[in-house]
Amino acid sequence: MTLLWIPLLSLLGSIISSTTGKLTRNQSTGLTLLMPVIALLMTISLAPAVFSGEVIRETISWIPLLGINIAFRLDGLALLFVFMILGIGILVIFYARYYLSSNDSMPKLYAYLMLFMTAMLGIVMSNNIIQLWFFWELTSISSFLLISYWWHKPDARKGAIMALTVTGGGGLALLAGLLLLGNIVGSYDLDVILASKEIIQGHAWYEITLILVLLGAFTKSAQFPFHFWLPHAMAAPTPVSAYLHSATMVKAGIFLLARFYPALAGTDIWFILVSLTGLSTLLFGAYVALFKHDLKGLLAYSTISHLGLITLLFGLDTKLAAVAAIFHIINHAIFKASLFMATGIIDHETGTRDMRKLNGMWRFMPYTATLAMVAAAAMAGVPLLNGFLSKEMFFAETLHQQLLGSMSWLIPVLATIAGALAVAYSARFIHDVFFNGDPIDLPKQPSEPPRYMRVPIEILVALCLVVGIFPNFIVDDVLKAASFAVLGGYVPEFEVALWHGFNLPLLMSAIAVIGGLLLYTQRRYLFQFQASLPSLNAKKTFDESIYRITKWCQRKISDSENGSLQRYLMLMFVFVLLFAGWPLFEMNQLGGQKQLTPIDVHNAMGAALLMVGTISTVIWYRARVVSLLMLSVVGLMVSVVFTRFSAPDLALTQLTVEVVTIILLMLALFFLPQHSPKESSSVRVVRDIAISAGLGIVVASICYALITRPLESISAFFLANAKTGGGGTNVVNVILVDFRGFDTLGEICVLGIAALGIYKLLVNLPLVIPASDSEGRPWAKERYPILLASISQSLLPLALMVSFYIFLRGHNLPGGGFIAGLVTAVAFILQYIAHGSSWIVARLTINYRKIIASGIAIALFTGVGSWFFGRPFMTTWFEYFDIPFIGEIELASALVFDVGVYITVVGATLMILASLGQLANEPKEEVNT
Amino acid sequence: MELLYASCVGLLVSCGVFLILRSRTFPIVLGLTMFSYAVNLFLFSSGRLSINNAAVLGYSTEYADPLPQALVLTAIVIGFAMTAFVVILAIRGRTDLGTDHVDGQLADKNSDNNKKVKV
Repeated sequence: MTLLWIPLLSLLGSIISSTTGKLTRNQSTGLTLLMPVIALLMTISLAPAVFSGEVIRETISWIPLLGINIAFRLDGLALLFVFMILGIGILVIFYARYYLSSNDSMPKLYAYLMLFMTAMLGIVMSNNIIQLWFFWELTSISSFLLISYWWHKPDARKGAIMALTVTGGGGLALLAGLLLLGNIVGSYDLDVILASKEIIQGHAWYEITLILVLLGAFTKSAQFPFHFWLPHAMAAPTPVSAYLHSATMVKAGIFLLARFYPALAGTDIWFILVSLTGLSTLLFGAYVALFKHDLKGLLAYSTISHLGLITLLFGLDTKLAAVAAIFHIINHAIFKASLFMATGIIDHETGTRDMRKLNGMWRFMPYTATLAMVAAAAMAGVPLLNGFLSKEMFFAETLHQQLLGSMSWLIPVLATIAGALAVAYSARFIHDVFFNGDPIDLPKQPSEPPRYMRVPIEILVALCLVVGIFPNFIVDDVLKAASFAVLGGYVPEFEVALWHGFNLPLLMSAIAVIGGLLLYTQRRYLFQFQASLPSLNAKKTFDESIYRITKWCQRKISDSENGSLQRYLMLMFVFVLLFAGWPLFEMNQLGGQKQLTPIDVHNAMGAALLMVGTISTVIWYRARVVSLLMLSVVGLMVSVVFTRFSAPDLALTQLTVEVVTIILLMLALFFLPQHSPKESSSVRVVRDIAISAGLGIVVASICYALITRPLESISAFFLANAKTGGGGTNVVNVILVDFRGFDTLGEICVLGIAALGIYKLLVNLPLVIPASDSEGRPWAKERYPILLASISQSLLPLALMVSFYIFLRGHNLPGGGFIAGLVTAVAFILQYIAHGSSWIVARLTINYRKIIASGIAIALFTGVGSWFFGRPFMTTWFEYFDIPFIGEIELASALVFDVGVYITVVGATLMILASLGQLANEPKEEVNT
Repeated sequence: MELLYASCVGLLVSCGVFLILRSRTFPIVLGLTMFSYAVNLFLFSSGRLSINNAAVLGYSTEYADPLPQALVLTAIVIGFAMTAFVVILAIRGRTDLGTDHVDGQLADKNSDNNKKVKV
């Protein structure tokens, strides 16, 4: 489990350091360093195995069905990166302790840094590409937190957002690319993918996959034209920059190139895309770096340039180029980290990073200056330093390729120019800062930094020298192991050495150094030329394009989403029409094989009535009372349809519900305008008619297609078991209270919830009750007709008896809890209509909420009751009893359940109508709205 | 007869949808009610049409499919609860907004404050 522990320790460290707020700075640093140091020691213990060619793997199954595992692997390439991430990370943490002022929260920075470290370790050690992507995104997010560490500065916030936007966008492209890759290979396992070069490159999706993956890599490692986020990320504290832009964040993109090199590289499109991107980034970065007055700006563009160099090397068509690329990854990380740290010291001690002010620092901090000069010389590629070696290899490799056909000679020439530019900006870094006269208006009196602040730089600069002078001694093993991983097994013989004799690369180096120094001495003319060019402000362009994109999105959204519910409904219906209608066109024949039944007179009459009612409702829809009456005709006819087609239970339910619905709508009309104004334009009416006619045709067609096909139903089971298993002959009711009792329980709950919702909506409703109807006629003084009052009173017991009868017989004959409940409710509503609710309330105080609750409770406990007999929830029990004088009677637990249904229905229905009716009884306002 | 039945369902859907697309709450409630008739009839018909075959054991030799009937029965009751909810919502909306237009547009067309919504 060692592998898993490496990122886990770092994550643990993040948590630990976030809790060190109360400790001193030294304690906090010490605790934070603990975890990465342990992780580094573990890695060192694993190194010999990796050097001997072994790949260490660890896998934990997560979603085996989808091939997603938590999988880690440590090969040479991963090992190299783990060393860099942990090693430079430890130095950065140590350095930050001296860099941060007492106002800055140290635990916060450490926690973010360690989180970032975890993410980076996750990327380089993942053996599953989805997992790799997860950590990739984690670096974007944690780098966002790091860059915006000084959140009170607008620059930091903007820089962080820019970095997140660019790298996050690239991350999405990468995800798409990785998913395609996984699809091509059939596995998300990195081992499998790296071994499937032929399958991937032979696949039709290869080009698009490659472009997507490269997009991810190029945005992350700030390749032209995605480079612009990197200089703005310099708003971060310098330790963060030192970490992000030397060994980690930007190297993640490079790592990706190296990681997928065995699987994706080798084709023409790879070489063209990668080398040209790298070449243009190399030149562009080196050129711009020369003109930056901000020290960190110079380093930022120099970083871009060096990343371009590494990318270019991966794009060159030789195996040695890849080796050179890996070597330069190491060297760049070392000298760039030390340069950033030196810049941090200068900034820390002088209060500025502006090279126009910083001059002659040699006198104030000779020791730091020496360190910085050595590191800058390494950046320039001066012999005896590590940068020289990899640059020499780079020059050598540019000579051995045929990338641009007969124009291939351009590449070494351009490489030499870039080398000269690098010498020039390195010279500027050294000369402008440490010599070149006296400092101008420094905010602070400069001096040497605290002793230990220099330690990390000393270590790194020593590495620069040691690698530069004894390359075989230090980096040979790790370089060979990493190259072995990148090149997929075969490593060409190579020798990293200081002296290769007088050859062309050495000449190129010499030209670069002399040319660079010349460029620097004559820089005045270059600066003048640069100043005459129109300046391109990347931040402004970025802000503007983000603004434009946002505006465009807002416009598009408000075009489709303008807040009009009417429009949304229309759009939804159009989509239903399209998606439901389309399959119909692919059917060969609408009608099925079933024998059609002839139309008899009754059916024709009924259908005609239904149609007339329907159409009349629409025609008179603006005269609301009329259309309501027409609607009631339709509802009635629907219940007749149920009667006709062998569904007596449905017919009874529909009939009673119809009564309740119409009364409810009548009541509602009292509070709503009685007429709908004419609003829709003719065009809209035509459009709506088209949509609704289309939907009607589609539904009718589906309905016809359905009912003309033979039926294969599961109902045979219910018919066979209703009597023996449920103890009733009315199969519909047995299904409701027994077979599907759990559904019914859910449904009465819905009913109860709806009723409670209505109650809540009506409480404290400041209703304005019209004093007259819409025609201006006052309401009749006699509100409760005496005839209705007296008849309804005598009807009540009768109706209750009927409902009781319907309830009792429900299990065997049409009826049951639902219908009986509705009948009871209608009987009570009739009392409300006849006497008014104040009359009722005076005689009958009922809390309908409690009724609903008790109904649901009864139903629920009936279900629970079967647990006491060791049966599953809602198992029905029934028995026949012979009771004297009454005869044989069946008692079933389903009957109790039905009582619950009955009570809920009564309570809910009455609550809905009574709460609304109650409102109509409150004192009238005199205003007619 | 199947054709006639399907036509009736189609007509109910058409008229229901047309009413739902209106701008005032009351026609929408009517439309929803009508639409739920159509849905109930449609669901019911998935058990096919048969005459005099009620699913009460012992009263005939062949039985209509009881399952869609049971499902539609609860659908009718819940449909009522939902209609009621929408009705109360409409009343509440009218009280709170001063209009029964679904998009909250005031009846007074001349008012400048009236937010014009493109539909």
